[in-house]
Amino acid sequence: MSRQAKPAEMSGLYPAAIRQSIVKLDPRGLWRNPVMFVTAVVAAMTTVLGLRDLLASTDGAGTSLHIAAWLWLCVIFANFAEALAEGRGKARADTLRATKSETRVRVLGAADDDPSSGTEMISTALRSGQFVHIAAGEVIPVDGEAVRGVASVNESAITGESAPVIREAGGDRSSVTGGTTVVSDWLVIRVTAEPGKSFLDRMIALVEGAERQKTPNEIALNILLVGLTLIFLLVVVTLPAFASYSGATIPVIVLGALFVTLIPTTIGGLLSAIGIAGMDRLVKANVIAKSGRAVEAAGDVDTLLLDKTGTITFGNRMADALIPAPGVDMARLAEAAALASLADETPEGKSIVEKAREVLGAIPGMPKGAEPVAFTAQTRLSGLDLEGGRSFRKGATDAVIRLTGRTPAQALAAQVDAIARSGGTPLLVAEGTEILGAVHLKDIVKPGVRERFAELRAMGIRTVMITGDNPLTAAAIAAEAGVDDFLAEATPEMKLDLIRREQAGGRLVAMCGDGSNDAPALAQADVGVAMNAGTPAAKEAANLIDLDSDPTKLIEVVLVGKQLLISRGALTTFSIANDVAKYFAILPAIFVAAYPGLGALNVMGLASPTSAILSAVIFNALILVALVPLALRGVAYRPSSAAALLRRNLLIYGLGGLIVPFVGIKAIDMGLVALHLV
Amino acid sequence: MTLLSYLLYFAVLVGLSWMLAIWMAKVYSGAGPQVLRRAEAVLLRLGGTSPDRGMGWGGYALAVLAFNAVGFVALYGLLRGQGALPLNPDGVGGMAPDLAFNTAVSFVTNTNWQAYSGEAQLSYLSQMAGLTVQNFVSAGTGMAVAVAVIRGFVAPKGASLGNFWVDLTRSVLWVLLPLSVVLTLFLAWQGVPQTLQGAVVASGIEGGEQVIARGPAAAQIAIKQLGTNGGGFFGVNSAHPFENPTIASNMAQSLSILLIPVAFCFLFGRMAGDRRQGWAIFAAMAVMFVAGLAVVHSYEVAGNPALGLGANMEGKEQRFGAMLSALWAASTTAASNGSVNAMHDSFMPLSGLVMLVNMAVGEVIFGGVGAGLYGMLLYVVLAVFLAGLMVGRTPEYLGRKIEAREVTLAVLAFLSMPLGILVGGAVAATVPQALAAVQEPGPHGMSEILYAYSSATGNNGSAFGGYGAALPWHTTALGIVMLLGRYAIIIPMLAIAGSMIRKPQAPVTSGTFPTHGPLFVTLLILTVLILGALTFFPVLALGPIAEETARVAGQSF
Repeated sequence: MSRQAKPAEMSGLYPAAIRQSIVKLDPRGLWRNPVMFVTAVVAAMTTVLGLRDLLASTDGAGTSLHIAAWLWLCVIFANFAEALAEGRGKARADTLRATKSETRVRVLGAADDDPSSGTEMISTALRSGQFVHIAAGEVIPVDGEAVRGVASVNESAITGESAPVIREAGGDRSSVTGGTTVVSDWLVIRVTAEPGKSFLDRMIALVEGAERQKTPNEIALNILLVGLTLIFLLVVVTLPAFASYSGATIPVIVLGALFVTLIPTTIGGLLSAIGIAGMDRLVKANVIAKSGRAVEAAGDVDTLLLDKTGTITFGNRMADALIPAPGVDMARLAEAAALASLADETPEGKSIVEKAREVLGAIPGMPKGAEPVAFTAQTRLSGLDLEGGRSFRKGATDAVIRLTGRTPAQALAAQVDAIARSGGTPLLVAEGTEILGAVHLKDIVKPGVRERFAELRAMGIRTVMITGDNPLTAAAIAAEAGVDDFLAEATPEMKLDLIRREQAGGRLVAMCGDGSNDAPALAQADVGVAMNAGTPAAKEAANLIDLDSDPTKLIEVVLVGKQLLISRGALTTFSIANDVAKYFAILPAIFVAAYPGLGALNVMGLASPTSAILSAVIFNALILVALVPLALRGVAYRPSSAAALLRRNLLIYGLGGLIVPFVGIKAIDMGLVALHLV
Repeated sequence: MTLLSYLLYFAVLVGLSWMLAIWMAKVYSGAGPQVLRRAEAVLLRLGGTSPDRGMGWGGYALAVLAFNAVGFVALYGLLRGQGALPLNPDGVGGMAPDLAFNTAVSFVTNTNWQAYSGEAQLSYLSQMAGLTVQNFVSAGTGMAVAVAVIRGFVAPKGASLGNFWVDLTRSVLWVLLPLSVVLTLFLAWQGVPQTLQGAVVASGIEGGEQVIARGPAAAQIAIKQLGTNGGGFFGVNSAHPFENPTIASNMAQSLSILLIPVAFCFLFGRMAGDRRQGWAIFAAMAVMFVAGLAVVHSYEVAGNPALGLGANMEGKEQRFGAMLSALWAASTTAASNGSVNAMHDSFMPLSGLVMLVNMAVGEVIFGGVGAGLYGMLLYVVLAVFLAGLMVGRTPEYLGRKIEAREVTLAVLAFLSMPLGILVGGAVAATVPQALAAVQEPGPHGMSEILYAYSSATGNNGSAFGGYGAALPWHTTALGIVMLLGRYAIIIPMLAIAGSMIRKPQAPVTSGTFPTHGPLFVTLLILTVLILGALTFFPVLALGPIAEETARVAGQSF
């Protein structure tokens, strides 16, 4: 979704995939896909019968072998789709594996031991619970939790993000991942993973598809496909009895061809490729799913719990407006506000300077000899003292009132109240003892967030904003961002309660979190996305891990899950709808000798019975390979209501599935005739 | 004029069914009038149960099987021993074992396939204490199962599926019995006999002696129509002037055939607390019914040019004509009723095709009382699962997820139709002992075979009269197929209900797959046609379709 694979990178996969599609003909592996297994059995049978006819020089041996070849191709195409999907994951796994190397590490007896007291050992022999000292420039050998020290760590091997991140003991940034490198300073980590079970190992296994288990919907769909195969088996094995009653004989090869064209080979052949490709899309979005189940559940989510900070807002309060006191010039206020913030390096301070620049066009430079006054918890003021004795301050309302000994003018006081009521934070700006006006600080909602939530609402997903803010502030931001609900002054317990409440109403809940105190809620949620930077506890409790530690990813995960399910449904519908045309191709071909009148069913006007059967078999194989790109890419998905989606997809894949084979089989038939192949 | 008559028929049908559904919703939820509740409480206490004793799906299925097994044994014994039992004025002897098996299965499974001729092979006791009783309780069984299945889909999580004995009692006492009384009186007024005296011996004008059969017919005919039983009192069923003497009796019976099956659609909507769901199912059934009726009507009214101008009147009663025969044929095959007022064997080939499809899709176009609805819910499960994924969620119906277990059970249930029709039919088309039953060779004979096995598997009971279904091979094979068509659907459907009721109900959002409205109706119809009808396309091509193309080419069979 996010990063498209380059064509060059893809094309390198083809030779391997072609090799694999032959290797995968091994019946021991093939039987796991019943539909394709059955197809291979019929292909083998047709080959044997065709060869027998060839040796006996019977007429039609060529056609039989022609049919057999296309049946084999059908199986090979399905294998190719799966191999291609797996290949993309393998390429990524190889890069990951390269970062896994054996190094010598310094093991400490206890977390507080002096690094020099440690003993050296091989990194692959590390056990969970041991303490390891890692200096700058060294690779962190295994997953662990920082228990001492602060260091910047380059995690690009895992996340692809080159800027180093801070990892420190204690708090929510303590988790470190094997394969990442300490760039500066040092860390003592406690090993949390057993050998071979580290995050990296898990990720390699996952992208390689080695640990791929069928997801619940995939299992159900497989059962349906097996059921349909059984039904068509009944249709085909009973047909000779009815035919012989009617004075018609149907060659076994034709029965086999009819059977294979009727069973859902298209979806049967592409099902596992769709699943693997879906996981791959997640991996590309830098999200690691601990199980395929979680990806499917993401598609089912009804309620999204979103952290306000970082997801909905930028996370910093910023200056939104300057409000001069009555009789004070706007320019004067802006200048004073800018001066009071010049030395303020916080995002709030910078945003005030930015706002002043907007008003004034330019801002004064730092005057010579000016003395910055830093913010302290006692004064709750900051500002600048100029050489001439002028002093500028900004701060919380009560702090400025205390400083100046004055109350703001009536009109300004009303404005200040209004700001507070709207969920914003008012700051007062004073020069000396004169209150010049107010700054309206507010949490700025990220651009595009509102539209995103509207889309989610259209998809039937409720968004709930989680914030530590007071209800007033929370309500204001919730209204501005367009979320459906919010949880203010949220504690971990309240989050857990909220999730349980939603679940009791039959809803599936997704949330993301990073702290250890999020772990219970992450575990309770149906889809829990942990930030990779989060604590090991959070990562353990979650079923998805976002390597970029980007909380907005939750929405992307939901879309990937939905796309996966839609792709399956669309191809299933298409596959089954195809049968109508295949009946109309093959039935007149096999019955027309007994009942010439049944030639009326040959609505496509296919040239001859042989060409009709062959065309149906060829179409069956070609449609499978034609749909491989769609299976790998996933069906195009635009967020909209279920009714709109259903209408659109039924039209494309249902109606399309009815019509396309009529056109396709006719075209192939014409091609066969033109090439004198029949 | 024709269209107006049909519209009037449908308006009356929908109106009556709508009212009946209101009544049924009350009855089944135990909110009926207090008098009724007291009365049934006494009965239930005698039986050692009470409405509070809910059952799981296994218990419910076991009760159904046990009750029907006892019914089968009793009926089989009665038929075998009727010669020695009272109420036998015409001195009919005991039935042969294979025919008794066939008949007992046939009535217990609500098929009412008649391999015998009632006036010649049944005593009045067998008719009244055997067949008529099963006419009530086999219909009641189907209705009870349907109500339990509906509860599985709509009742809150963890509720029970209800109590079979209670649902059965309520179906029989408060739905079937009152309606039957009204219809019996109406039919008796129209001239249907209701007497315990034996056949009348009359002398014709030419001096020949004629035995005119009669008996307690009116009561049995009423329930035969209302309970989608279809087993007539007389061999030729409702074509017999004593079974169906007038246009008025014909219309009353035509309406009765579809009354309860249609009411079940609306009952479903009511119980689901969302009437649109009921309308959607009704609409899907109605569209398929009307399409089939249109084909039958046009072919029968147009007639066979090879036989001269005018409607196809072969095998039809002059007093009903082509139109009323067409309406009856479409209704009785759609509704798993199986009673006939004309000989289906003599219908035009494509009319036969419609009748075959009506039955082969599993009797879900209104279908049997109760059975039609739970059969259609099977298709709903499949349709929702197939297309539901396309909205990007795990497929759900009425807020409940359809997962591997439900799909497995639905596929199992679904397999019973091709098993019964294709395997049963294929054997019947090859084994010499079975082939002897075919009256006309060629495609029409194929239609006869398919008709017999579709009718038995779908628990319909009507037949292409030419087919010699009384052969021991067929009495046995068809008996087995009837059992398959009944219980291989009832048990999985109850299991699906039992599994659904344990799931939480997700609230409806704009992300929910919509299961009402034209889109879903179209989807459901396509599922029935592609999964149900298309499975039988090859054999139908060899039967009615081959016959029709040959007829067009001027050849007849």
